[in-house]
Amino acid sequence: MIEIRWHGRGGQGAVTSIEMLALAAIEEGVYAQGFPSFGPERRGAPVAAFNRIDDKRIKLRHAIYNPDVVVVLDASLVGLVNVLEGLKPEGTLVVNTTKSPEELKKELNFKGTVATVDASHIARQELGVPITNTTMLGALIKAVQPIKLKSVEGPLKERFGRLAPRNIKALKRAYNELKIS
Amino acid sequence: MAKRVGMEVGIAAAEAVGMCNIDMAAVYPITPQSHIAEHLSEIVADGRIDAEFVTVESEHTSISCVSGASATGARVYTATSSQGLLYMHEILPIVSAMRLPVVMANANRAISGPINIWNDHSDIMPQRDAGWVVFFADNGQEVVDMTIQSFKIAEDDDVMLPVCLNMDGFQLTHTVELIEFPDQKKVDKFLPPRKPFATLHPDNPISMGTLGMPEIYAESRKSQDEALKNSKKTILKVWDEWEKMFGRSYKPVETYLAEDAEILLLTMGSMSETAEIAIDELRKKGLSVGLVKLRLWRPFPFEELKAAVKKAKLLIVTDRAVSFGGSGGPVFIEIKSALYHEKERPLVYNSIIGLGGRDVQVTDFMKIVEDAAKAGEKGIIRDYEFYGVRG
Amino acid sequence: MKKKKWPETWQEMNPGCMVFEPASARSYLTGSWKAQRPVWDDSKCIKCGICYIFCPEGCVSQDEKGFFRADLDYCKGCGICAHECWPGAIEMVEEG
Repeated sequence: MIEIRWHGRGGQGAVTSIEMLALAAIEEGVYAQGFPSFGPERRGAPVAAFNRIDDKRIKLRHAIYNPDVVVVLDASLVGLVNVLEGLKPEGTLVVNTTKSPEELKKELNFKGTVATVDASHIARQELGVPITNTTMLGALIKAVQPIKLKSVEGPLKERFGRLAPRNIKALKRAYNELKIS
Repeated sequence: MAKRVGMEVGIAAAEAVGMCNIDMAAVYPITPQSHIAEHLSEIVADGRIDAEFVTVESEHTSISCVSGASATGARVYTATSSQGLLYMHEILPIVSAMRLPVVMANANRAISGPINIWNDHSDIMPQRDAGWVVFFADNGQEVVDMTIQSFKIAEDDDVMLPVCLNMDGFQLTHTVELIEFPDQKKVDKFLPPRKPFATLHPDNPISMGTLGMPEIYAESRKSQDEALKNSKKTILKVWDEWEKMFGRSYKPVETYLAEDAEILLLTMGSMSETAEIAIDELRKKGLSVGLVKLRLWRPFPFEELKAAVKKAKLLIVTDRAVSFGGSGGPVFIEIKSALYHEKERPLVYNSIIGLGGRDVQVTDFMKIVEDAAKAGEKGIIRDYEFYGVRG
Repeated sequence: MKKKKWPETWQEMNPGCMVFEPASARSYLTGSWKAQRPVWDDSKCIKCGICYIFCPEGCVSQDEKGFFRADLDYCKGCGICAHECWPGAIEMVEEG
């Protein structure tokens, strides 16, 4: 089973990310859960969201304390929130930032895998807004391969309708442009 | 065709209601049930079902509205949570006394105070005596299945009682997970249109909800008690039918690795699934332990519970609610009382856990069982405990 | 007053205590409650119907000449008709 924690700001679409991932995994025929950090949120406040993916039925019904992967949708959260909290030492950190993985690794003193991509830039170019939820989905898929890239297209098309092609393009760009260390 | 989808459980609950051909719904939104209210109103507004969605100003009104509609023969639905359910409290016993088959979803949420919007069972427990049929769903699939079943059970001529389906707020309602929606045609066959016993109609005037003098009140209450106790027969029949048509089994009391267990853990609601993992881990450590999951809360399944626990030496009942000044959590009180006269019965302990959304992890369950096992071995009688409370 | 028959056993109760006989309140003759009854002076009555409208029992109705009378089987003697009558055509008279 893989456990993923996403960090974002209220209104940046972290909940959509976890939904898309869960739906994509379910379409592939495996089991998945997606849930936000429960509670009232407001735009701009740091929020967390979670995914579990497994080939067996998932029976855990509590929060994720030791994720295998952490995805950060907004670089400004890195200093603000302890994004590494509970992350397994051999886990993966995927961050939307202009910094390189090596830089971030050193800065955070993290021994696991770090992957970075400037998702805000891609999102601004492809979508016109710096909303990075779908873009970072591509980064996550490349970094950890929890699901096949193709599986996410169906849920995205259903959710975003005519905006889906742009989101898929942003997603694929992040997939290709991701740097991993 | 059955549809296998990923969906948020709250949305799925509304979709399940949409499959049941309801005539009317009145739902006042309250976190964490609000997605059910919102999505159901969307389904109606989109014309996917032919129903009235009445926007009301409070939960007291929503339950009153659906009850009035039910009295005219409509198939009705409402949903609420926590303080909303408490606001309905005055009306709940009346719905049952009037024998109206209202179906209600309750997204379990802690009651105030302090104000807490997260998951526990303290909202449904004060409604124990209201005379409703009460179920607990453990996961999204069960929420969908049991929503459909609830209408059939409520409307059965031998029941004619309102049904409350509990689903853990946030833990279930806001989680996206795998759900298989049954085929609509099969659901239509399972759940035909409502045939009411009696309706309010100008062509054939009758009175419902009248005064009851002391001379008849007690007989009326006895008749209601018998009706609720008797509803178990129908519940079992409906669950049997469901299993034959849709392949999924539902029982009033379900067990996991409990047949030969010396120690039993008892849970209700979605934490049962996490508890199963704890049982696996504890067994690996050599403990003879099993899980008892309570699905039917009212009418209380005495026979099934006694059968499930009689061979065990120790039964640890977990509660997600408090009965202040009483002898423990509500489920513990109920079970201890149920077992009082049994010749073969385990020692019973009580751990109050998961209050106000506090997470209950696999390690928590393991600790509860291991601690209880040590005391249980010595036959110590224990007072109820608040597990994991600092201080 | 008619004798009430209660259901003997709980098994005989209608579900939900539903009452299937419409207008069953009619069999409850409340006329025995009154200590006074209304008497109309037809020479003062202007046939406005106010007594009929205000009677809380709904037991005031017109006779064949169009004057008003209370049905004494139900009239509880509350005196509202006498109180509301504009020309003062109604007098409350002691029973018995």
